[in-house]
Amino acid sequence: MRKRSLSINSLLAILIAAASLSNTAFAAEEVNLYSARKEALIKPLLDRFSAQTGIQVNLVTGKADALLKRLQLEGRNSPADLLITTDAGRLYRAKNAGVTQSVSSIKLRDTIPAAYRDPEGHWFGLSLRARPIIYVKGKVSADELSTYEALADPKWAKKICIRSSGNIYNQSLVASMLSHDGKDETQVWADSLVKNLARKPRGGDRDQIKAAAAGQCDIAIANTYYLGKMIKGKDQSQQAAAEKVAIFWPNQSDRGAHVNISGVTLTRAAKNRANAIRLMEFLVTPESQSWYAEANHEYPIREGVEWSDLLKQWGSFKADQLNLAKLGQHNATAVRIMDRAGWK
Amino acid sequence: MEVATRRASNRTALHRPGFWQAGVLLSALVLALPVFTVFSFIFVPAGEVWSHLAETVLADYLSNSALLVLGVAFGVLLLGIPTAWVIAVYDFPGRRFFEWSLLLPLAIPAYIIAYTYTGLLDFAGPLQTGLRDSFGLEGGDYYFPEVRSLGGAVIMLSLVLYPYVFMMARSSFLGQSSSTLEAGRALGAGPLRIFLSIALPLARPAIVTGLSLALMETLADYGTVQYFGISTFTTGIFRTWFGLNDSAAAAQLAALLMSFVFILILLEHYSRRRQRFYQTDGRHHHPLHHPLMGWQRYAAFAICIIPLAFGFLIPAGQLLVWALSIAEEAIDLSFLQLAGNSLLLASAAAIFTLMLALFLGYGQRLHPSKPVAVAVRFSAMGYAIPGTVIAVGVMLPFAWLDNTLDEWMRGTFDLSTGLLLSGTVFALLFSYAVRFLAVSLQSVESGLSKITPNMDDAARSLGLAPGKVLRRIHLPMMRGALLTAMLLVFVDVLKELPATLILRPFNFNTLAVRAYELASDERLADSSIAALSIVVVGIVPVILLSRAIRKSGETHE
Repeated sequence: MRKRSLSINSLLAILIAAASLSNTAFAAEEVNLYSARKEALIKPLLDRFSAQTGIQVNLVTGKADALLKRLQLEGRNSPADLLITTDAGRLYRAKNAGVTQSVSSIKLRDTIPAAYRDPEGHWFGLSLRARPIIYVKGKVSADELSTYEALADPKWAKKICIRSSGNIYNQSLVASMLSHDGKDETQVWADSLVKNLARKPRGGDRDQIKAAAAGQCDIAIANTYYLGKMIKGKDQSQQAAAEKVAIFWPNQSDRGAHVNISGVTLTRAAKNRANAIRLMEFLVTPESQSWYAEANHEYPIREGVEWSDLLKQWGSFKADQLNLAKLGQHNATAVRIMDRAGWK
Repeated sequence: MEVATRRASNRTALHRPGFWQAGVLLSALVLALPVFTVFSFIFVPAGEVWSHLAETVLADYLSNSALLVLGVAFGVLLLGIPTAWVIAVYDFPGRRFFEWSLLLPLAIPAYIIAYTYTGLLDFAGPLQTGLRDSFGLEGGDYYFPEVRSLGGAVIMLSLVLYPYVFMMARSSFLGQSSSTLEAGRALGAGPLRIFLSIALPLARPAIVTGLSLALMETLADYGTVQYFGISTFTTGIFRTWFGLNDSAAAAQLAALLMSFVFILILLEHYSRRRQRFYQTDGRHHHPLHHPLMGWQRYAAFAICIIPLAFGFLIPAGQLLVWALSIAEEAIDLSFLQLAGNSLLLASAAAIFTLMLALFLGYGQRLHPSKPVAVAVRFSAMGYAIPGTVIAVGVMLPFAWLDNTLDEWMRGTFDLSTGLLLSGTVFALLFSYAVRFLAVSLQSVESGLSKITPNMDDAARSLGLAPGKVLRRIHLPMMRGALLTAMLLVFVDVLKELPATLILRPFNFNTLAVRAYELASDERLADSSIAALSIVVVGIVPVILLSRAIRKSGETHE
């Protein structure tokens, strides 16, 4: 061999350099955050918080379940102070796993409606995400639509697009129906809904809206912020697709449309408790609350915060007041119902 | 060069217990720890979830995974072998370019290529919309194959995984003695006959190696099948774990998947045991490179351009269009940071894994024994397991160790040591080693297996210690195999996602993490910049190493 391509020294140097990169988390005033909200959808708020308070926020993003597992395994030595998820089911699961603790903050309690926080103060909603019915203008008229339950009607045969049942938003939707309608009725509903699907479930929420706009189905079920991003994005074909559809708020004469939250919980192992609670409170200030709508077209959880123009355009609606802990309770049963219904 | 077929011999094994034997067994066991951890869940009672799975979805998981594996096997062989053959033995316009560029699809994460083709070919995509507009058709009026289907997943995975077969087959074809092939020619065999009855059988072990890597990665794939809505073992594991909230049953599904893989590995090993090919000088003589004439030149060109176009040019082109026209993310300085992190992790992991593979591979050669062989096979199984499962398998023992030590320190010295290993870059590197050891080990083992044990005997009888034999005899002879091992792990780590996502320290992101975060938020155009950066960072070593591999295969004057 002419050159020695591997030298122990260079390897060591690389390893040490790599290890030193991980030691950034030692500032005096700090909060450590595990976040299932993507970096782009939380970092700007954290930066504002740091600028205002001088507290550094250290961030790891990832999938909620994986972060929760990490938190569980790290136990009382976990460096994480806060866990942010994008659905209530995982917050419920974190509480059940015993990795959270209760917070009694008047600011949080007075700002966040009871349905969107844990009754014992273990977790708090930060923003609302609605999952209504989206229909193709001209093909469907709003009078034909009424409730989620009514989508089981045979008149919608081969006309509905919805993504796979592996997705948490669908699992939560079915869990909410379980709470309201009971197990047997929900099973019958899921069986009929699967028969009404225009195609095998695949793709994400945007794909359902695009498929509807392109004529593959008349109705799609999707979270509204995806529609918002299609409207506000640069891609003209997506803008055109978004113009062909409209939002219908279901179940307005009974319980209200299905909503989920992104939310936060204080970990049991938290070492920067005071700073962490300060960050939690910061995330529900009116300024932060209107940021969710500007950045990601989500609804503020705090009442009295002005909506963005797009949200106003979609109209006000009555949201389901079910305590979202129920979504976590019923999640496993919901998955079984969808398995049995053959919802891929 | 001499090609000889003989049974593996144990003559070199000086059954002397010591550093090598104990060291190899110990490292193999440590590396197998995550796999054992997952297996240990077999003994946790999972209750009636299994009967629910069996009644509803298990048959789907089994049949889809099996069809996916069979389809990808066919696909990677079809794309990998002919390209390797024409490039190894013929000369035609573009050969030098194809030599390295055919490796490029490896740098594109499978889920990214899946997103790109969906964007292009979906019902709502530009192609079908254009067709409908120009012929005045409605949905349902015409037939168009669905991208997001089992067949689509087979094609996507074949397009990004065929380079494994291509790489292994090409180096094997290059290593075949020209005199062997010339002898066939002199005896009147046509090119096809030479290929089928001489070259292909000789290259079989190498091809099987490449194939097994591709298939293991197929079984571990989550992103593509999940996006396409196909229920496989991988999606089933996560659904059971997170959806049904039953981690024991999920781990048992993973263990079941691993058992299949283990059987496959044993079969592959058994089939290879029959034949061993040794070469004595380690360097290939001048490759043949017969110039092609007329239509044959175009045929050879077409054979190579098809996988390159569909596996790289078209998807990368689409990414570029997105990046230039509609991405809202701008390229800023943070990209340099991300690229730096990715490069650092990928190079450190490539070197670390290679050293482990060399240690294990050579140790096994020195002292072949059943327990060592089994432990090494187990430690190499991480490649077939979804990254998230491996990551949990890494976290569990690490966190246990950390917390136990902390507990003890608190009790004894009233001092908390906190987490020493968990959440560090070391944990991340370790999990890469667990996940990609198979890739490195396959290259190292195939490199070692070509060196006849007579060489070891000769060097040892001249008084060299085993470590010196490795350094002075084996390493120079298998330089190509070592570079291949490093390159493959490097590119794999560049695009690795699940373990990076769950194990990385605070404030530490990579290109793959950025690409995934945007893509999973359904912001494909925005994710295209990060995805392209992965490709760009990956291209340089692909070119450099490909040249080095070629040089190592030629005699130096």
